[in-house]
Amino acid sequence: MLHIENLKVFHGPIEAVRGISFSVKEGQCVSLLGPNGAGKTSTISAITGVAKSTGTITLKNDDLTKLPVESRICKGIALSPEGRRVFANLSVEENLRLGGAHQKEGLADCIAEWFDTFPILGERRDQAAGTLSGGEQQMLAIARALMAEPHILLLDEPSLGLAPKIVTQIFKMIGALKDKGMTILLVEQNATQALRLSDYAYLLNNGRIVAEGTAETLGSNDTLMAELTGLT
Amino acid sequence: MEYIAQQMMNALSFGAEYALLALGLAIVFSIMGLVNFAHGEIIAVGGYTMVAMTSLALSNPLIVIGVAVIAATFASVTLERVAFRPVRYADPTTGLLTAFGVSIVLQNLFLLLVSPRPIAVTSLYFLEWPIDLGSIRISSLQLFETITTIAVIIAMTLFLRRTVLGLAMRAAALDFEMVRLTGIRANRVFAAAFMISGLLAGIACVFIMARRGSVDPHLGFDPVLKAFVACVVGGFGSLPGAVLGGFLLGAIEVAMLVMLPQSLGGMTDAFVFGIVAMLLIWRPEGILTPRREKGDKQ
Repeated sequence: MLHIENLKVFHGPIEAVRGISFSVKEGQCVSLLGPNGAGKTSTISAITGVAKSTGTITLKNDDLTKLPVESRICKGIALSPEGRRVFANLSVEENLRLGGAHQKEGLADCIAEWFDTFPILGERRDQAAGTLSGGEQQMLAIARALMAEPHILLLDEPSLGLAPKIVTQIFKMIGALKDKGMTILLVEQNATQALRLSDYAYLLNNGRIVAEGTAETLGSNDTLMAELTGLT
Repeated sequence: MEYIAQQMMNALSFGAEYALLALGLAIVFSIMGLVNFAHGEIIAVGGYTMVAMTSLALSNPLIVIGVAVIAATFASVTLERVAFRPVRYADPTTGLLTAFGVSIVLQNLFLLLVSPRPIAVTSLYFLEWPIDLGSIRISSLQLFETITTIAVIIAMTLFLRRTVLGLAMRAAALDFEMVRLTGIRANRVFAAAFMISGLLAGIACVFIMARRGSVDPHLGFDPVLKAFVACVVGGFGSLPGAVLGGFLLGAIEVAMLVMLPQSLGGMTDAFVFGIVAMLLIWRPEGILTPRREKGDKQ
């Protein structure tokens, strides 16, 4: 599905990602794990085209490398970004409408479906998104991304800044999405939770992939897990 | 009583003109952080189009108005494409300098290619009819101006609330990158912003021309300066703020014209800007400051 080859990302003179390659197969949930500053978000930004990068990015055999942000989204990539970035001045419903902007038909049905899935969003459909709680905003950000009916969903730190109880809810929701067959690339600092959902994981540090493997192999590697979770 | 009603009508029509122009400035600013000082030249394009139409012996006022508004809209979209698109993601200062540059180039083009002198346009005669509303007498211009502006504001509100492009423009004021990340093309949003801005300038141009009766290369300077002040008073980048600021400025201006003694007549603007300065001491960021926080709650 998504294939990344020798990706390098620069922020000015700083090389944030130093030539990584990985792929996400259809229906898989793949995690990019690693500490702060490892290059996880830079990788995501390169995939969406927001950050300048070298290397090749292909989605379903389509080369995305030279396409602008909007075209990549239309090709089937959707992002729930770090920090959620819901449109605070727009209502919940308007946020979802924008998410489905390039969907021609069935927009209203699609929105209604999300309100059924998350009754709390339905209750607050006319409320400004900025007034929602962090967890609700995260749900909205994911729902907004899925309104585009993407081939692959990029989730950047969905658990960031949320209470543990809410984090569990969010991960449950991601699990449900995966069970429905959604292909997911998950970026997380919360390695334990992320590995529970993932089929495969890559561990990034300093802009390089330092370890990779199935969730079971990585999860059973105690030294690695201790490093990842910060428990030594 | 009648005198007060008459002056309120004056204030409304002054305010309507400022509100139209301020809204045009604010919609571009809210999206790309650009203070478009070339807005005045868009108005002049409309004015010169009217001159051209008249010299082509087309004097039907509806056609003249229609073509002038279309010309202004087209000019605005062209400026975006030619001048502002290349500096879109550059530093705000670069955009500001570009706007000044465009403004100077256009003014000099009018000077060289047309004439530095005012040229009269007479085809807007139907905006000079007096209308009696009970005991007060207003000009048809005031009535048209107020009604048109109200209609424009309603149409804008519907556009910004109901259409996807309108929603995208509101969202873009907060987080443009995220709008692109929903798959909406940035070019479309920018072009739409300039198109609306030009359309509003074109409509305002009709009223400015009806009031002044002639066009010269600096036609738009004064109105846009006032519109800029209206934006600042209302809260720069806020669309409702621009409208509010426009009407407020119109009211202050008419109040000063009425209340100042004859001998201080030439100082009206000084007093108006003095009051504006005081307003800004009270609310340094304008009355309706747009919220700038990104999605997450702070």
